[in-house]
Amino acid sequence: MIKQFLVWLDDRSGVVTWTRHALEHPVPRKAGWWYVFGSATFIAFMLQVVTGIALATAYVPSSGDAYESLRFITEQALLGRFLRGLHYFGASAMVVLIGIHVARVYVMGAYKFPRELNWLTGALLLLLTLALAFTGQLLRWDQTAVWSVIVAAAQAGRMPFVGGDLARFILAGDTVGGTTLSRFFAFHVFFLPALVFLLVGLHLWLVLKHGISEPPELGNPVDKATYRERYAELLRRDGVPFWPDAAWRDAVFGAAVVSVVALLAVVVGPPGLGAPPDPSLLEAYPRPDWYFLWYFAVLAMTPQHLETVVIIVAPLVFGAVLLLTPVFNTGERSVQRRPWAAIVVLLIVSIIAAFWFAGERAPWSPDFGAKPLAAATVGDSSTAVVTGAKLFHEKGCEFCHAIGGQGGKRGPDLTLVASRMSPLEMVGRITNGGPNMPAYVSSLTQEELDAIVAFLATRK
Amino acid sequence: MPLVAGAGYVGRAGFGPRAFLISLTERRMDRPASPEPASPTPTPAADDPRTLERRRFLSRLSIAVSSVAAALVGVPVIGFLISPLTQRSPRQWRPVGSVDQFRIGETVSVTFEDASPLPWSGVSARTAAWLRRENESTFTAFSVNCTHLGCPVRWFAEPKLFLCPCHGGVYNADGSVAAGPPPKALGRYPTRVRSGQVEILTSPIPIT
Repeated sequence: MIKQFLVWLDDRSGVVTWTRHALEHPVPRKAGWWYVFGSATFIAFMLQVVTGIALATAYVPSSGDAYESLRFITEQALLGRFLRGLHYFGASAMVVLIGIHVARVYVMGAYKFPRELNWLTGALLLLLTLALAFTGQLLRWDQTAVWSVIVAAAQAGRMPFVGGDLARFILAGDTVGGTTLSRFFAFHVFFLPALVFLLVGLHLWLVLKHGISEPPELGNPVDKATYRERYAELLRRDGVPFWPDAAWRDAVFGAAVVSVVALLAVVVGPPGLGAPPDPSLLEAYPRPDWYFLWYFAVLAMTPQHLETVVIIVAPLVFGAVLLLTPVFNTGERSVQRRPWAAIVVLLIVSIIAAFWFAGERAPWSPDFGAKPLAAATVGDSSTAVVTGAKLFHEKGCEFCHAIGGQGGKRGPDLTLVASRMSPLEMVGRITNGGPNMPAYVSSLTQEELDAIVAFLATRK
Repeated sequence: MPLVAGAGYVGRAGFGPRAFLISLTERRMDRPASPEPASPTPTPAADDPRTLERRRFLSRLSIAVSSVAAALVGVPVIGFLISPLTQRSPRQWRPVGSVDQFRIGETVSVTFEDASPLPWSGVSARTAAWLRRENESTFTAFSVNCTHLGCPVRWFAEPKLFLCPCHGGVYNADGSVAAGPPPKALGRYPTRVRSGQVEILTSPIPIT
C-alpha cells in the first residue's frame, strides 16, 4: 500500500528517486567528524526558524509594545521563557558552528576547484548569519537594543558620501521611534531568512553536484585537468553512501547541539530584559551580545585617526578577502603545505578572543558604580586627607582611577601614586589634565585641590 | 542537471546504493552537465529564418513585458523602503518645563517627544537633552549622544564633566572634548523661551 503510493508519487513527481539519490550519493569513506559542522549549522538554523515562528506568534513588532510582549512571552506564556532561551542559544550555536565550518573548510582547502561556488555561497551565508544575529539582538527591544540601533547608525554614518543616508535608513527616520523596530523585524524574519533559504539550497545543491571534498592528502595537489576524474575514481574505489554511513555522525552531532542548546535554555535561560526602550533614560550601559562584544572593544580601542579605516575599510577588506579566497583554487590542499592557513585561523581566533576579553572588562569605561573609599583604605584620619579621599570619589576621580583595587581602570592606578609623582606634579596634572584626562582647573577650588593632593601624597 | 533528472538513472542502473553509485560516477566521468536528450520530433521549420526571427521577437517581448510588471511592483516597494531618505519630518518646538523650575548654572536632563511620534511609538518616541540655565533668559541644551558612536552621555555636576558609558568619551562643561575617542564637541539643540516655558527644537540624532 505504502509502496504503491510511493511508486505513484515518484512517477508523478520524481521526489522519491531524487531524495534517494541525494541521501545515497557516495561520499569518501574517510570523511570523519570534521565534516559535521555544516549540517550542524543548518540544524541550528532550522531550530531558529521553528522557534522564531513560534515566538513571532506572540511578539508584537511595534516600538511601543514589543517590550511588554517580550515580558509576556518570558513571564506568562506557556514555555515562552524556554523558547526564548532556545532561540538565543540557537543563535549563539549558529554563529559558533558556522565559524568552525568556515575555518574547517579553509584549513582543509576544501574551497579549491571545483568547489569555489560552495565557498562563495557559504561566505554569503556567514555574512547573513551575522546580520541575523545583529537584527535578532535588536528585536529584544529594551534599552540596550535602542542604543545598539543608534550606535549602528553612528557607525554607518562614518561611510563617506552615503553615511548620513545609511544612518537614516537604519533608524528609519531622524531618531529612534515608531518606524524603527518594525523594519528590523521584517528584515530579521522575512528578508534575511528568505535569502538564507535560497543560499542554503544553492549551497546544498553544489555539495551534491561536486560531492563533499575528500580529506586532503599530502602530495596530492588539486589539478583542474585531473581532479574530477580522480575524485570519481576515489568514490568508485572507496565511496560509501552518505546515508547512513556518513549521515549518522551529522545526526549524532546535530542532536547533541540541539540538546546542549535546550539544556542552556533551561539552566541559564534567555538573556534578561533591560530597562524599557526609552531613549530618554540616560542611566544606560549599552553592551552588545557576546558574539559582538569583541567588536565593541575594537571600537573603543581604535585610535581616533584610524577609526574610519577600522569601521569602514576593515569590513570591506574582510569581505573582499572572503570572496577572493577561492581565486587560489589549485595546488596542495593539505595544511602541512599551507601552514599559513592554520596560522590565519589561529590569528583570527586569538585576535577575537583578546578583544573579547577586553570587551568583557571594558577598562576604558568609567566605573560609575565606584563606592567611596573605605576608611581602612584611606588609612589616615587627618582632616585634609579624609576630605581629599571624599573628594576623590565625589569629583569623579574614582570613575577612572583605582586605589586599593577600588575604582575605574580608565586611567593609571593611583594606589602608589606618591612614589612616582611629587605633590607639585599632581597639582599640574589635575589642573591641566593630560592625555585622556580632563583638566579640572574650573571644577576644583584651591582648597579642594589641596585636599585631593594631600590625600594622594599619602599613597605610597 | 543530472542530479535532478533521477528518473533516467533508475531506468538505466536500477535501484540501490551500489547501482546508484555506479550511475553517479558514470555521470561524473562524462561531461559535468550531460546534454538534454534531443526532442523526439524536431519542429520541421526549426531553422527557418522566419521561425528564428519570430522566436527572437517572442523572447524580447516576454522579457520586456516581465520587466514592466516587475518595475510596476518593484519601484513602489523600493520607494516605500527608502522613504526615510525622501521624507523629512518637520522639526518641532517642544516645551520642557517652565523657566523658573531651572536654577541658573545647573545642568539637568529634560525629556521631550521627538518630532513625529506615531500612535504605537510608546516610550521610544522620547528624547532627552542636558539642559543648562546659563542666566535669566538663556538656556543651553546639549545632545545626549556622544559624538563618537552615539551612546548616551551622563552629566556629573561635581567634576563638571559629561561621561560616556560605552567607549570612554569625556566632555567638558561646555561640551568640548576632554578625553577619549569623540572626534568633536557635543551637539546642541536650539532653545527658546516662550510664555515662561523653555522650548527645545527637535533635531535628528547627530551623526558624526
